[in-house]
Amino acid sequence: MNMRTPLKNARRLGSAKEGADHFWKQRVTAVANLILVVLVMWLVLSMAGSDHATVKTWFANPLVGIVFALLGISGAIHMRLGMQVIIEDYVHGEGVKVVSLMLNTFFAIFVGAAILFAVAKLSFGA
Amino acid sequence: MAEAKTLRGGRAERPLSPHLQVYKPIINMVMSILHRITGAALYFGSALLAWWLVAAAAGPDYFAFVNGIMGSLIGRLILFGFTWALFLHALGGIRHFIWDTGKGYELSTVDRMCWTSLIASIVLTLLVWLLSGQFAATFAQAPLNYISAVG
Repeated sequence: MNMRTPLKNARRLGSAKEGADHFWKQRVTAVANLILVVLVMWLVLSMAGSDHATVKTWFANPLVGIVFALLGISGAIHMRLGMQVIIEDYVHGEGVKVVSLMLNTFFAIFVGAAILFAVAKLSFGA
Repeated sequence: MAEAKTLRGGRAERPLSPHLQVYKPIINMVMSILHRITGAALYFGSALLAWWLVAAAAGPDYFAFVNGIMGSLIGRLILFGFTWALFLHALGGIRHFIWDTGKGYELSTVDRMCWTSLIASIVLTLLVWLLSGQFAATFAQAPLNYISAVG
């Protein structure tokens, strides 16, 4: 049963003005992470314990850098959305909540940016 | 407690709604909680991956330093936990994909999926560490590794 007016249906956004955006991004990044984590785990295990020169030769292959970079992006979005829900569930003070949500965004972007920068430097020749 | 609590701040203690501790833990509830806890753990664990990559980008000396920390006994235990959290959360995600399609809500199916993902996460974690040789090295020659990592 649909209680919405035709206009509300056309806009698809609901009362929170975001529709299923959060849910959908969580699922899309989850599928991406599933694939990327398998690849990255294989790469990390292959490189684990290697010295610097060996790791650099791995990153000479562009696909290696691309896989790490993609996980950096997809992972950062996914973990920001997940931690946002945890904060909204447990942090009730309005001020603390707003600050926590902001710190959550900063942390996710910082981790993502650090991965992208490191991968770029390694791939383009550190 | 047999006797009722009397006063706190001049007001009678009102009965509170029951919380987690009054329920007997059942597998789907445990796995639900673990999915969130491992998600939060991976959130902070992601910084380890970033740290390792940044160390590699920084140069040979710093990379060797970070490798030493991660190769130490404590480092390996943390990475072992990281691996398990990753598998448990990933398998939990697959469970949720199945539920997203509207299927798998029979209680017996829920229990079976939860137990399967829990056992599979442990088996996969052990497999990865055994196959990578790190797990065996950690537990067979732990003191040696620790000393060589520190020294």
